[in-house]
Amino acid sequence: MNELLAKYPKEIDMILAKYPPEYKRSAVMPLLHLAQADPGYVTIQALQDIAEICEISITEVGSIVGFYTLYYDKPLGRYHIQVCTDLPCALRGADKFLKELCERLGVKVGEPTSDGLFVIDEVMCLAACHRAPMFQVQGGGDLVYHESQTVETALAVLDTLRTQAAAEQEDKA
Amino acid sequence: MSEHMLLRHRDFPDLDQLKVYTDNGGFDAWKKVVTSMEPAELIQLVKDSGLRGRGGAGFPTGMKWSFVPNNLWPHYVVANADESEPGTFKDREIMESNPFQFLEGLMIASFAVQANVSYAYLRGEFWQIGQMLEEKIAELEKAGFLGDQLFDTKYSLRLHVHMGAGAYICGEETALLESIEGKLGQPRLRPPFPAVAGLYTSPTVINNVETLTNLPPIVQQGVTWFREHGTEKSPGVKIFSLSGCINNPGNYELPLGATFRQLIYDLGGGIPEGRAIKAIMAAGASSALIPATDAALDTPMDYESVANLGASLGSASVIVLDETVSMSWLAQKTTHFFKHESCGKCTPCREGTYWMAHILDRIEDGQASANDVDLLFTVARQMQNKCLCALGEFSTMPVVSSIEKFRGDFLARVDGQTR
Repeated sequence: MNELLAKYPKEIDMILAKYPPEYKRSAVMPLLHLAQADPGYVTIQALQDIAEICEISITEVGSIVGFYTLYYDKPLGRYHIQVCTDLPCALRGADKFLKELCERLGVKVGEPTSDGLFVIDEVMCLAACHRAPMFQVQGGGDLVYHESQTVETALAVLDTLRTQAAAEQEDKA
Repeated sequence: MSEHMLLRHRDFPDLDQLKVYTDNGGFDAWKKVVTSMEPAELIQLVKDSGLRGRGGAGFPTGMKWSFVPNNLWPHYVVANADESEPGTFKDREIMESNPFQFLEGLMIASFAVQANVSYAYLRGEFWQIGQMLEEKIAELEKAGFLGDQLFDTKYSLRLHVHMGAGAYICGEETALLESIEGKLGQPRLRPPFPAVAGLYTSPTVINNVETLTNLPPIVQQGVTWFREHGTEKSPGVKIFSLSGCINNPGNYELPLGATFRQLIYDLGGGIPEGRAIKAIMAAGASSALIPATDAALDTPMDYESVANLGASLGSASVIVLDETVSMSWLAQKTTHFFKHESCGKCTPCREGTYWMAHILDRIEDGQASANDVDLLFTVARQMQNKCLCALGEFSTMPVVSSIEKFRGDFLARVDGQTR
């Protein structure tokens, strides 16, 4: 039983249609994005399902997860907050921003917040050098930039996400 | 008449709406090439324009297209929208705000080599731009600009967006192709070159977003008009991404050949708090440092003149460094970037970036001796000309040039001296 195929039949058809039928392997990256959207990481089941669809081995799918930084093989926080600290951002105070943000949240870089909602990380250049400090929020199948930030505006963004997550929890309950 | 050739959305509000784009001449060039031009004629036009690739290498675009053989089919065109060089954020603005001009350019390039399927490869972080482009492509299919037998000709074209997932190396064109094929983003050995054996071992043209965005105005307004901008050998305009120690960071569209001084002082508003400028990186993190002398500031920003300074214009990502910036700190920053992004395939890059980062950490931690600076220099020099692709080479640029030109910054950190 291919759970991914059962869950997203239409989406998977559309993904496969982008590539020549004899090169199904090309679908592995879009399928990983799709499989990760809901649980927030790529499950073992998803690896198997994708391998079957793309007609490659589970190991090959796993190697793609390992190589590309936006795929995760274990659960992270509900939201992955990634602050760019590369050279141009650092010249505009990104290192200090990250340090202060972590202090205010009482976490270290790479550690989840006590409610498990957020993990704050450093990330490589995101093509937003003119609007540093900035970060991206990855989670729930979306990826959103927040630019020209201060620690205060960043905490406000996190508050909004917290409220959003609580509302989702209520909907599920 | 538009002030801009590429950033036209700054002159026409809502240019990202199809109706606004077509009302302002959008897709006229597309219709013209499909209904009235031969592919060879289009390739010759772009050759005559002198357009050079805007992704960094500056290779003549028309010539690149002409390498595609006509006895091997199918052909593909891939737009390289993997923009990831620290300091570069121009393709993002084009795609976000002037998406149709980019797509029209991709379509024109596809017609030039008679590709019937083309891809736009976006870095995974451009998730929202990717979603938006998918919608724009659907709109173009509905409007009859994309699809089968376009304008009642025999030519058909489909575009697809392929999202990356966080890997700088996928901006290297053969790694990018591997990535579309569902493999690790690791560069291929060349030859064969992508023009002969590219995507799915078919002849493939890979062009940068900004390069492609130049095509509609070139087709529409002609070679003479295009060459009125820029210099003889570097015609046209360029988007300069200005960042770092600067009052007004952002993208600036200027003719190639404008000077660093014009960009940094006239447009960029100079250095914050009136501090002195120390050096310039012209090609993002991959740059050799240019000490900011008066002569350097008055240098025209075109491919040849910047090369004469011992540096490279690259993608024209100008990072300004003021007197407060320590170059050993800078080298540590850029080296950590390249170490993280090294794909691991070839030994000089994988090991070299690791050891450079290791030594630089030691220097910045105040745990190094003057010998370590020499060691760092040796490691970087040994990597040069030995890596499989440009990434390894790029990683050595800031290291070697910063030691050569600002050795004092390193010596200030060694033998127990701290910040």
